[in-house]
Amino acid sequence: MAKVLMKGNEAVAAAAIKAGCRYFFGYPITPQNEIPEYMSKELPLIGGSFVQAESEIAAINMVYGAAGAGVRVMTSSSSPGIALKQEGISYIAGAELPCVIVNMMRGGPGLGGIQSSQSDYFQATRGGGNGDYRTLVYAPANVQELVDYTMKAFDIADYYRNPVLVLGDGMIGQMMEPVEFKEPEKMELPEKDWATTGTKGKRKPNIINSLRLDAAELEDLNIKLEAKYTEMEEKEVRYEAYKLEDAEIVFIAYGTVSRITKNAIDLLAEEGIKAGLIRPITLWPFPNKAFAEIPATAKALMSVEMSQGGQMIDDVKIANEGRLPIGFYGRSGGMVPAPKAIAEAAKEMLGGVK
Amino acid sequence: MAVVFKKTQGLTEKEFHYCPGCTHGIIHRITAEVLEELGVLGDTIGVAPVGCSVLAYDYFNCDMSEAAHGRAPAVATGIKRSLPDKVVFTYQGDGDLASIGTAEIVHAAHRGEKITTIFVNNAIYGMTGGQMAPTTLVGQKATTAPYGRDEALCGQPLKVSEMLATIHGAAFVERVAVDTPANVKKAKKAIKKAFECQIEGKGFAIVEVLSTCPTNWGMTPVDGIKWLQENMMPYYPLGNMRNPWEVE
Repeated sequence: MAKVLMKGNEAVAAAAIKAGCRYFFGYPITPQNEIPEYMSKELPLIGGSFVQAESEIAAINMVYGAAGAGVRVMTSSSSPGIALKQEGISYIAGAELPCVIVNMMRGGPGLGGIQSSQSDYFQATRGGGNGDYRTLVYAPANVQELVDYTMKAFDIADYYRNPVLVLGDGMIGQMMEPVEFKEPEKMELPEKDWATTGTKGKRKPNIINSLRLDAAELEDLNIKLEAKYTEMEEKEVRYEAYKLEDAEIVFIAYGTVSRITKNAIDLLAEEGIKAGLIRPITLWPFPNKAFAEIPATAKALMSVEMSQGGQMIDDVKIANEGRLPIGFYGRSGGMVPAPKAIAEAAKEMLGGVK
Repeated sequence: MAVVFKKTQGLTEKEFHYCPGCTHGIIHRITAEVLEELGVLGDTIGVAPVGCSVLAYDYFNCDMSEAAHGRAPAVATGIKRSLPDKVVFTYQGDGDLASIGTAEIVHAAHRGEKITTIFVNNAIYGMTGGQMAPTTLVGQKATTAPYGRDEALCGQPLKVSEMLATIHGAAFVERVAVDTPANVKKAKKAIKKAFECQIEGKGFAIVEVLSTCPTNWGMTPVDGIKWLQENMMPYYPLGNMRNPWEVE
């Protein structure tokens, strides 16, 4: 199929439809409004349904209902809106329902701003809702990946019966790039025989539920969920290793910031400084195993994020296991790091560890 | 010998957990009987609330989904939009529907969502232990209104049916009670109409059922019924407020 020029937000919506999503429930918030707008235009034409909910809370609960009815369903929002959806995401994880949730991050805390940010890392990877649960998080770095991983997210959600997050930011949502809609790799998926579709008098009632009043029963559920999350950690980790071979400093950056960091790596190369990059594509599960590829030439690590003081840096510390010193460079509030500033921070760090 | 009464197929064998004198059991039964009589049990998906009827999914003999506090109308919307040919209902108490879930019920009605809501109003939070509800009467004592509900502090009790009846998308709105056999029959008739309203695609339907909570009211079951008749009924008058068949 030929490449088409598309805005990130529209590409996400088109990819979801391509993946079989026919139901979308959302609430407007900048900078992701092109997603619900696209869905409101396309879904009624193909026998699907779009509802502009009265709130993000209602939207995620509509997703819960539709997911329980066994259909492919998606919602999208941006940071403060995703914060409101956390209650529902916890219920969806607890009831073991598949769905896809897109967060085009903007700056916070609170109402924050509308510019691009990466400050929802904790919320996305730690489970912003209550209880012991995890959501798989994809962090695409360009519009093509946004398409590919949104499509993949539906299969992964169905396979594990778990919500999957696609974590972008205002920048990737608003940028236009050429994309190709490739047929996704076919996955063997289980039947949705648990769905509430009406018994037809032929089977026992199905119940979609996250309530477990008996403590032992709830612990059993948590043990079952943990096994699922462990399987994700074993099978679903994705990352890119870039110019790691003889790097003196290794950056860790994800999403749009990883692209800026690659430019910083080029600037450093011009000055004869060898730098590499580990780019997590799944933020949870975090690619701890990528850190085994760090060469003996490396003297330092540096986490580069659009957040104040860093959030992913905590996972970098866990993955590094105390081996190398870790630096941080970040901007927040919607400010975007410049390649030169990243390169300067790296040089300063290397100067300190020599 | 002719069988004059038997247990409805609309309920499972599971025993209710409700307190003595609570009318949830009656409301469950008449709802289940209606689903059976309409022949839609196999095509029905119910949504249970948070509160005393949180375990309703164990009692109704059809597919069920458990919703978060107040969100049942949103969950039902997701189900109905995905499966428009199925019959979808929510079963909610007053804390769930009239407090934390007000936005969801108002907007489900506003969209004319083709679902049916059974709204059980006992003027108190039952499951959490007798706290004040939006429907608690002025002067009525509750654990969080120990001196009785003060209108100056908490406002007047919310008349949900009257409020929803002002919304165009609410096709069928009726308030009933289950205090006497005659009223139970009327309540069942209203619930049947509320499901027919959905099945005929006329829009959103709600039946508010005045119910008792002897445990948290601190009364015997008999005194509870009497209190409902003397105090709730004057403030929450029974009757139909919207009927799509009459509108035509």
